[in-house]
Amino acid sequence: MAPIEKTAPRHRVALFVTCLVDLYRPSIGFAAVKLLEDAGCQVEVPSGQTCCGQPAYNSGAKGLTKEIARQVIESFRGYDYVVVPSGSCGGMIRAHYPELFADDPDWLPRAQALAARTYELVSFLHDVLGVTELEARWSGGPITYHDSCSGLRELGVRDQPRALLRSIGATITELPSSEVCCGFGGTFCVKYPEISDRMVGDKVANIEQTGAALLLAGDLGCLLNMAGKLKRQGSRTQARHVAELLAGELGAPAIGESALRESGS
Amino acid sequence: MLATSHAFKANAHDALHDRVLQRALLNLKSGFQDKRAQTVARLPEWEALRERGREIKNHTLAHLDFYLEAYAAKVEAQGGVVHWARTGADMRDIVLEICRSVGARTVTKGKSMIAEEVALNEFLEEKGIAPIETDLGEYIIQLRHEPPSHIIAPAVHLTKEQVADSFREHHTMLDAARSLVEPRELLDEARAELREKFLAADVGITGANFLVAETGSSIIVTNEGNGDLTQLLPRIHIVLASLEKIVPTLEDATSILRLLARSATGQEFSAYTTISTGPKRPGDRDGPEQYHVVLLDNGRSNMVGTEFQDMLRCIRCGACMNHCPVYSAVGGHAYGWVYPGPMGAVLTPTLVGIEEAGHLPNASTFCGRCEAVCPMKIPLPKMMRHWRERQFERHLTPNAARYGLAVWGFFARRPALYHLAARAGAWLLGTLGRRRGRFASLPLASGWTNTRDMPAPQGATFHALWAARRRAPGR
Repeated sequence: MAPIEKTAPRHRVALFVTCLVDLYRPSIGFAAVKLLEDAGCQVEVPSGQTCCGQPAYNSGAKGLTKEIARQVIESFRGYDYVVVPSGSCGGMIRAHYPELFADDPDWLPRAQALAARTYELVSFLHDVLGVTELEARWSGGPITYHDSCSGLRELGVRDQPRALLRSIGATITELPSSEVCCGFGGTFCVKYPEISDRMVGDKVANIEQTGAALLLAGDLGCLLNMAGKLKRQGSRTQARHVAELLAGELGAPAIGESALRESGS
Repeated sequence: MLATSHAFKANAHDALHDRVLQRALLNLKSGFQDKRAQTVARLPEWEALRERGREIKNHTLAHLDFYLEAYAAKVEAQGGVVHWARTGADMRDIVLEICRSVGARTVTKGKSMIAEEVALNEFLEEKGIAPIETDLGEYIIQLRHEPPSHIIAPAVHLTKEQVADSFREHHTMLDAARSLVEPRELLDEARAELREKFLAADVGITGANFLVAETGSSIIVTNEGNGDLTQLLPRIHIVLASLEKIVPTLEDATSILRLLARSATGQEFSAYTTISTGPKRPGDRDGPEQYHVVLLDNGRSNMVGTEFQDMLRCIRCGACMNHCPVYSAVGGHAYGWVYPGPMGAVLTPTLVGIEEAGHLPNASTFCGRCEAVCPMKIPLPKMMRHWRERQFERHLTPNAARYGLAVWGFFARRPALYHLAARAGAWLLGTLGRRRGRFASLPLASGWTNTRDMPAPQGATFHALWAARRRAPGR
């Protein structure tokens, strides 16, 4: 499928920014906007969004989760698509919102309608818009890619980022056990820090083994965890969200690196 | 077995610092994960087979009473005896009574997780009857007075050097200078030790992988053949099984058998699959004189019709724990009771109470690998979340987490206020972290910053920057 013609009716796409991208790394959000606009979408950012509700959902607070989910469903009404630069938050809306309202005849159809229109960013570009080529070019050496759990297992995001990365000239050195969790797990890393640290320690050892200069993933939570461990160990491997590379938006320092110096190492 | 699931965190801490254990756990990937992946890749109908397994068990659970009664009638018609045990104590008493009826002094045992669940060995020992484990892994941990750390590989937490040490300590009649380096040498020694015990036992106890309603049969799978000797040589064979082991027909059992060994050990089929149907008949050359089946409920019937019913599809293959990054890090003993890993995180709270086992469904990142490899497609993360919901409803969630969530929830439901607070937070942390780009320590986040840096925010929120961009001229 060819890229969408600029003259075709433009999709109205709402960006679900995610609370981590909003707070930590807005440059990922702008990279997502650029990718969507370059692909011919009209991007809007509903102001009624805060978070998808996962912290409450995974803590067992179902009532609070539903309140937040209703707010998201309301805010994202009427768009052609909702796009999320995170497999985890995308999976929450796509896979879990309908489960959450399974016994609620008023909200279930609305949750299902939103779920059907919601996509993780890279799979949306590749699978829905049929993007096969991008403007960005990468010539910065081999990269490696971590498959974040929810994106991989709830949304089937695996080949799409690799295909698009290859299209911009990136060589991927596959990460051993790339499908194994990095140990972030939202509140897990706070509740069970020792186990979480062991998991991210294993992950970082695998990353170092690839010899790649740059680690990419599609979820900022995992990236904060892996970058934080890499930096603590004095690694020179940088970490970025896959959207930054695909959009060619590399102005911001890599995750966990200083804005005042070129490199944090 | 006294549960220590409440001490999961301390157990996990010890496990993470146990270097011998950590060395033993390294075998999980090559021993289980890779082998399973290779066998599954060779079976084109794998996904269809999983769906079939799920359907068989769902159908059976929807008609559980019917199939159990049909099974019991068939067993009795063939000269066996079916005993119904509501609790673990009931099961122990029934087994004791059968053993005493023939004046049993030793019983051989095939591997049975149900026997572990009801702590049968300790009970029989108290009553003066010696239980002898005949599965190699179970035999090893019985010598060491340890509980199993895995449901199909009970001694997976041990290295072969530890096993050799235990054998030298207990097999004192043998030449002290003998070689015990190769796994084969360990196996041969255990086999020789066990041979006489098989012949001397008065009662043989096995578990069951399946109970077949159509034929009144019980089925076990083993790789050592120990189950066959356990159930054929003594005068009495006792089968211990929980209710959900029932399947309607032999064909159903064989469909699920195709899933079981592949998921468990990566074998296409276990070395031995043994079907037992009643006691020795006139004209049979061998077999037990008495055939008893003790069916355990122990809270399982209460799971039917609840959000935990899907757990009753479990066939105890162990794939969920073999692929769990938390289990791989801490091993099975950290979970503090009979059933470890993801299946234990769902089942243990049912059996010992969520007050005792509250950590288990929380100690998961919801990475979803367990559900992805489960041959019966059990939604394990979803059921762990159900436990968290019950904990939250019953105010069993720690107070700090509840308050934190309440404060966060207050803002998350008020977007305008939330965006203001996020701006302030991003600005503060962004300013403080600007020089290094990360924090080596942060108040309230020591669990994270003790061992990893916390990347600093860029300083402005996306929503603030987006609003500014929209106001900018030219747009």
